Amino acid sequence: MGSLAAVSETRGGSAVSVVQRARARIDEIGTRGLAIAGSVVLVLSVVFIAMDGPKLFWKRFLDGLANGFVYGAVALALVLIYKATSIINFAQGSMAMFFTFVSWVLSHEQGWPVWLSIITAMIASALVAAGFERVLIRPFDPGNHLPITIITIALLSVIDGLAVYIWFADPKGYPSPFPSTKNDVATVFGARIFYAQMGIWLTVIITTIVLSLLLSKTKIGLAFRAVSSNIESSRLVGVHVGRTLQFGWALAAAIGTLAGSMFLSSGTTQLQPLFMGQILVFSFAAATIGGLDSLVGAVVGGLLVAQLQTMIGGYIKFIGSDLVLATTLVLIIVVLLVRPNGLFGSKRVERV
Amino acid sequence: MSEQTQVASGGTQTTGPAILHATDLKASYGPVRALHGITFEVRHGEVVVILGANGAGKTTTIRAICQMVSTEGSIVFDGHEISTRSTTEIARSGIAHVPQGRGTFADLSVEENLQVGAFTRKDRAGILADRDLWFDVFPRLGERRAQLAGSLSGGEQQMLAVARAMMSRPKVLLLDEPSLGLAPIIVHDLFRRLGALNKEQSITMLVVEQNASLAFEIADRAYVLEAGEIALSGSAEQLKNDDAVRRAYLGY
Repeated sequence: MGSLAAVSETRGGSAVSVVQRARARIDEIGTRGLAIAGSVVLVLSVVFIAMDGPKLFWKRFLDGLANGFVYGAVALALVLIYKATSIINFAQGSMAMFFTFVSWVLSHEQGWPVWLSIITAMIASALVAAGFERVLIRPFDPGNHLPITIITIALLSVIDGLAVYIWFADPKGYPSPFPSTKNDVATVFGARIFYAQMGIWLTVIITTIVLSLLLSKTKIGLAFRAVSSNIESSRLVGVHVGRTLQFGWALAAAIGTLAGSMFLSSGTTQLQPLFMGQILVFSFAAATIGGLDSLVGAVVGGLLVAQLQTMIGGYIKFIGSDLVLATTLVLIIVVLLVRPNGLFGSKRVERV
Repeated sequence: MSEQTQVASGGTQTTGPAILHATDLKASYGPVRALHGITFEVRHGEVVVILGANGAGKTTTIRAICQMVSTEGSIVFDGHEISTRSTTEIARSGIAHVPQGRGTFADLSVEENLQVGAFTRKDRAGILADRDLWFDVFPRLGERRAQLAGSLSGGEQQMLAVARAMMSRPKVLLLDEPSLGLAPIIVHDLFRRLGALNKEQSITMLVVEQNASLAFEIADRAYVLEAGEIALSGSAEQLKNDDAVRRAYLGY
């Protein structure tokens, strides 16, 4: 009798430890991602600081931040669509570019306040994206990813062409929504940061927080996460799957438009129909490194990619600015070889 | 066989209004027809079981009700033809479906799974009360309310799936092989709870099940499917004692 009880006890114990291990594994995914990202950043930082001293490093770090937050924001938009539908929206950048133009038209040609123009363009892009979803995406079986992906590529070229047709290819100055004269600058530990740069950081951080709250605290957010998790079961509990995905497309488009406007707000780049191209590539990389289904991962991925880009371009002389894109992407491939699910991607733990 | 059909279906029929009535229901996967025109009904407060071997069309039947496969024929639920509606609309009209494999929202917490279950309801207080009720019925779920559903054990996920379905306050509960993949002791517990749900809250149920002896414990009536057609039907009592059913499904 005593031995029987002992047997059942050890069985119970091992079952518990299996569950605990499974749980620990889930926790581990996030923390381990951070640990790997952190140690890579640390090692590189030490090497770079040893090369040119801490002051230049600090300056370059701050320079990379604004780009990082923009990549992070575009990656957020990509991840939002990917989480729900498992497709990459290749038209994300073009839509952002087009509606950044719309905000430019409103503020520059119509004389609207810059923020009002940006917000109006965001709403317009959300409505148009909702229309795209209804007309071009929903008729297709959501389980069949290839046709939908091809449609987003087609959209990309149509929108790009349309933008060139309407606004021509010559660059235009974009009005910043932030104070952006030469004197609107702060000095932090010996490095200059423009208020516009800080404005970009803040805007993307606020956007991420609002997005997280929207997804975790509202009913439509719950529906969106349910559809992302299991489309069939979502239908069975009465969720309107199509409308929920439409909400996701609209949200992603608005975030993309905001990211496009923010990128130009730092004043380093001018507005022209192809300005989102390289941003989109870096944002794909950011989303992939972040794990494609993690919102935090997208933003951290964006910051990481932008730092790689700035630091490699700045420190490794023969790479300069021509090879930055290639080198950054090679490094990203190395990261993915080590962690195929990205730094924050969830490895699905499911019981049968 | 036809003789037995008559024997089984000629017995006592409890009269009551049918809440779900399928007539000449056919279903196909692409060009392959899986149901060849079956007719059945579920009455208010009943537990009806669909028995059958692998590939007989049990799951197809229950999926056909929710329009998750392409169908022909008529399905009347609560006085309305639903075969022309979408899965979402059917769910909203009061049919809760616990799919095979449980259909848990693995990335959502236990509590969020229940919230999604109540997605069509507007009464916040009622939803919270129901959530607490189900945490009482299944205390394990209450203990794990903040845990991701994907990390629950199979038995816990099945309980979660039933609780999630009940959160919508359905008129009919469809269960697709609730015993699948569960340890015998857990299966017994689950069926005891399902039986109690039916008796205490008079929840109408249509259950697809391979484990016939278990299903007969809570069933009022049963249909036996063979190769996409109804081979036998009758009260659970009659079918339990039917020789062919005993040999084929009860194993003695």
